[in-house]
Amino acid sequence: MGFLVVILTLALIALVAAVVSAPIRRARGAGDSPDADAQAPTGQAPVAPSAHTRDDLEAAREAKYREIRDTELDFRTGKLSSEDYETIDADLRAEAIEILNELDELRPREP
Amino acid sequence: MAGLGFACLVLALVVCAYGIGASLYGVRSGRVEFSESGRRSVYALAGILTVAFIVLEVAFLSNDFAFNTVADTSSRTTPAFYRAAAVWSSQEGSLLLWAWLMSLWSSLALFLTRKRMRDVAAYATAIMLGFSGFFVSLMVFYANPFATTHPVPPEGAGLDPLLRFPTMMIHPPMLYSGYTLCTIPLAFGMGALLARRVDADWIKAIRRFAFAGWLFLGMGILLGARWSYSELGWGGYWGWDAVENASLMPWLTATAFLHSLMIQEKRGMLKVWNVSLVLATGTLAIMGTFLVRSGILNSIHAFGGQTLGVPFVCLIAVLIAGSIYLVVSRREMLRSEHRLDSWLSREAIFLANNLVLVGLCFVIFWGTYFPLISEALTGQEASVGPPWFDRYTVPLALILVLLSGIGPVIAWRRATLANARRNFLVPIGCALGLLAILEIAGVTQKPLALVMFCLAAFVFGSIGQEFFRGARARRAMAGEAAPLAVLALVRRNRRRYGGYIVHLGIAVLFVGVAASSSFQHASELGLSPGQSTRVGSYEVRYVKPTATITPRYDQEHTGSTLALGAVLDVTKHGHHVTTLYPSEGFYSSDEASQGTVGSLIGGQPVSHVALDGGITRDVWAAIQPNIEAPWLERIVKTGNSTLPAEDGIVAIAYLAREYLKHPPQAQFHFEVSPLVMWIWLGGFIVLGGALIAIWPAPSVVRARVLARSRGRAVRGLARA
Repeated sequence: MGFLVVILTLALIALVAAVVSAPIRRARGAGDSPDADAQAPTGQAPVAPSAHTRDDLEAAREAKYREIRDTELDFRTGKLSSEDYETIDADLRAEAIEILNELDELRPREP
Repeated sequence: MAGLGFACLVLALVVCAYGIGASLYGVRSGRVEFSESGRRSVYALAGILTVAFIVLEVAFLSNDFAFNTVADTSSRTTPAFYRAAAVWSSQEGSLLLWAWLMSLWSSLALFLTRKRMRDVAAYATAIMLGFSGFFVSLMVFYANPFATTHPVPPEGAGLDPLLRFPTMMIHPPMLYSGYTLCTIPLAFGMGALLARRVDADWIKAIRRFAFAGWLFLGMGILLGARWSYSELGWGGYWGWDAVENASLMPWLTATAFLHSLMIQEKRGMLKVWNVSLVLATGTLAIMGTFLVRSGILNSIHAFGGQTLGVPFVCLIAVLIAGSIYLVVSRREMLRSEHRLDSWLSREAIFLANNLVLVGLCFVIFWGTYFPLISEALTGQEASVGPPWFDRYTVPLALILVLLSGIGPVIAWRRATLANARRNFLVPIGCALGLLAILEIAGVTQKPLALVMFCLAAFVFGSIGQEFFRGARARRAMAGEAAPLAVLALVRRNRRRYGGYIVHLGIAVLFVGVAASSSFQHASELGLSPGQSTRVGSYEVRYVKPTATITPRYDQEHTGSTLALGAVLDVTKHGHHVTTLYPSEGFYSSDEASQGTVGSLIGGQPVSHVALDGGITRDVWAAIQPNIEAPWLERIVKTGNSTLPAEDGIVAIAYLAREYLKHPPQAQFHFEVSPLVMWIWLGGFIVLGGALIAIWPAPSVVRARVLARSRGRAVRGLARA
């Protein structure tokens, strides 16, 4: 039983080491290649500030869509007057278009 | 295999340390491969702790009493289900459960965010590994679940009788899932502050985990309340026990966070408040674990004999100091983007709701930690009891229910007075209608309960109105039949209508609490067979005594050596209602001084409550048999002096027979409580609503597809 425990423990350590070190080994392998570029071990470019902004804008866009739908539902269920609804809806759609414009200006996300 | 288990713990500690270092180095140096390695450390940690947990489970299921925890909390006669769940009945096993669940939820969170927020996720990885490493180090250095003993005892001590109850076995995993899920938003919140990226993306990432933590905590709290009511002999479901409060506090702040998060999503407001709530919820979750595991406060839950107080206090101090530093140093980027448009708006109601929830949390915090604070200041321990808690929490709970009815009928941004007047007609009508009915029925003795019932009716009215109007709008647009319109409405607006159902469930739950606590009939008295008593409008007659001895007759697997009880006939206006069979179990003890027979029944007795539950009322009974009647004591004394240990059960059987032939007067506790079932039903409704709200909606995917161009996106937004 003691021998089995030792074998199992060593196997677990080896497996963990392999899993955890894989990204670093891949990066080193890519760095040693003559055709190495700035690719990260997962095949993706280092994170650029525009990627952060795209993520933020996409999340903001989804939130804005939801807000527009909520406002329309508020109007249709009688919680907003038509004047208030038109004003708020116009504001929200303008904000949404701003977000979409900012998204369009960013370079496309790399595959 | 204990060696493998402990090796897993040591390996886990090493992986945590490595992962923290790799994640921090990766994010600070921009070397993505190290951040990715840190993420994989969390996955590896989950794998390692799964192996450790399996080792301990196998030890329990195979009755390997070489393991100290197995010998202390299990036995060959413990049923397999309870043996499997006994893993977390000990200090050591519960720490392993906590660390394992933490690693699983952390892995899920990092997997779901693997393609976004790399810098935030890297910091969050380090923090989550920090928590995991803390709990693993407690096990490695203080409370090893894989500690062994030699020679191996032939039999274990068995599971604590109080834990031989199905919901009590599920209660810890649910609670610990809640606690660990609450630390995920804390980790990502701190990560966002460290990376200086508190924005829409961060909210989107943590919202589901905050919701899941809230849900698991809530279900764990309800399961514990159900256990208390159905198993413990005091007849209540909430006693403001320190450990009960410890789980309620993070639940309250998580509730506040889920509401104010919507304001930040829509208006970019309350950023400081939200970040503070997230950090407070995670810290309170750690403090709750501290209370449960350190035994620092008197509580029925304080199973742990060891004190882990010092390490926990250090961790909590670091959390609090770190949170304050991060919020203060990042306050510029946490400025609100907009201001409140109107005090007559859903934002304003949510703000009020937040203040009430945080106020409730503060009251409970003060009352729970007051003994510690008092002892620190005066040197004398003091405590506050249920009356103190009720005095401050009941008014706040009433305001909370009122706000939960107002919120759904008020628009975002601003509502006009004319609209508000029109929208409140039905809810107010429901409340006043119910008030009139209750007045006519003569149910007016308890004004606070009456107010709660009317507020609940107000909530039912406002939620019902929302469903009606929403379905009507849907039918007008899509021409669907009413049932389909309701389904489509909920499917396309899951967050909103799931939330409404949660509000409905909370109102139902509070009705149950108000009714059962205000209109309960209780009676405690001694009865002999043939005697009866009146409890409310019910007559309870003690028909005859019962006695069972294990193992042959222990149908409920209580593990008791002897169970003495009664058959009770319950009638109302002469008609039979139910038959109840309460009993009390007498367990063996390790006290040799009690003698060979006395020690078989000398352990802490445990009441086995009899309950007949219904939608309108529960009839509840507990018994305390008099096992110390002179003629029964004589049997024990004679058995002690004449029988060898292996024949002691013969004397117990004789005692049981004598109890049946000449039963002494027994002490009974009866309760008739209205609407207790509404508490559990309310919980189910909350669960259903929460699942609807948290389920990913297909419309999100459609919105993404439609948003490729400005023109199509604008058209897509036009649909409700």
